[in-house]
Amino acid sequence: MWSFYFNELIRSLPFFLKGLWMTVAVSGLSLIAGTIIGSIWGIMRSSRNKILRSIIGAWVDLIRGTPFLVQVFIIFFILPSAGIELEAFPAAVIALTNMGACFICEIVAGGIMAVPSGQREAATASGLSSFQQLRYIVLPQALRTILPPLVGQYVLIVKDSSVVSAIGVVDVTRVGWLTVQRIPEGLMVFGLVGLLYFAICYPLINLSNVLERRMTVVATKL
Amino acid sequence: MLEAFNFRVILEYMPLYLQCFSATLWLSALSLLGAIIVGTIACAMRLSQSRTISRIAGIYIESIRSTPLLAQLYFFYFGLPSLGVMLPEWVTGIIALTLNSGAYYAEIIRAGIQAIPYGQIEAGIASGLNYFQRMRYIILPQALGMTIRPMLGQAIVLVKDSSLLSLISIMELTRAGQLLTSDRFMPTEGFLTTAAFYLVIYYLLKGFSGWSEKRLIFREAH
Repeated sequence: MWSFYFNELIRSLPFFLKGLWMTVAVSGLSLIAGTIIGSIWGIMRSSRNKILRSIIGAWVDLIRGTPFLVQVFIIFFILPSAGIELEAFPAAVIALTNMGACFICEIVAGGIMAVPSGQREAATASGLSSFQQLRYIVLPQALRTILPPLVGQYVLIVKDSSVVSAIGVVDVTRVGWLTVQRIPEGLMVFGLVGLLYFAICYPLINLSNVLERRMTVVATKL
Repeated sequence: MLEAFNFRVILEYMPLYLQCFSATLWLSALSLLGAIIVGTIACAMRLSQSRTISRIAGIYIESIRSTPLLAQLYFFYFGLPSLGVMLPEWVTGIIALTLNSGAYYAEIIRAGIQAIPYGQIEAGIASGLNYFQRMRYIILPQALGMTIRPMLGQAIVLVKDSSLLSLISIMELTRAGQLLTSDRFMPTEGFLTTAAFYLVIYYLLKGFSGWSEKRLIFREAH
């Protein structure tokens, strides 16, 4: 029986690859958009404007304090009642982008804050505008602190994208869920699902570790 | 959306919400306890002198960290019955949450232990302390101080992750929101109330985290 199911599973492999593509699409889009939005929020969060800072801080807290599944449900079920019709896919991307942006915002703000204030003062004294300060002094140094956790965050985005299967996005997890109704070998089916995620996440985790080692070496050299 | 917010329904469902709130609390608490135990054991194994033992723990930690919790949850939910193991849903849920968070706790504890300079351990050996005495009097008190914040952070993640248990039809906070959506067609009321309950837990844990940093003074290792 086991080998029969195994062959069945091999035969439905294209279905899994389609799901994998969906996972990559959802998390890839959210990752790019989340990085851009998160960086902007992070820069705003570390700015001197108190109102801006506390608004973003409050929003980040709301998102960090609630489960991603609940956020997905809120966007998918509640926005339509406000007159915004959303398919499952855009709802998933919006939810994941927003969550990713909030975490990336904290990472970026932390990185910027870690740059000693003397650097900024020196830049001000040299007559650089605040954009120039950011572009030439603060961000290049902050990048060192930002990059390793940023890649770590990408792993979280890929993993959290599995949650959007709950609103019917046919990603790898959903494919597994659909397949297990037909092939009742949960360990096998979800073993395969896990393996596919592993293939994406494990290299990313290692990249994050390598970056962490590299960046600290550079920092101590200075 | 908000002008039609129906507080009466929320009041009507409040007993259900409170019941689900306590379910979320005890499910998370049990998993947290289990995760810390599993994490401590996995960390001890990871740091073991024996290559094999260390590698086994490494495989466990890496495979958990590279796959999404939802896939792990389904792995146990659909997989255990195909092995002939029949467990109630909530036990499956706690097993998945425990094993998932356990891997993260193992890494947190390891970071704490490894942050202690080796010279202190050598000094302990030179003073004639045995392994348990070194652990008890030198390593753990310092490691605890360094890990209390990431540990509480992981506890917050664990509480939020417990929302996924709703997908295997365990009655907890997120499930209450789903019920309000399916029974009364009121997703706004349902999920915003759910989110509010999670935020209560989040702010409590976050407050405790800040308090612990200020009040529990641990000497840093130098």
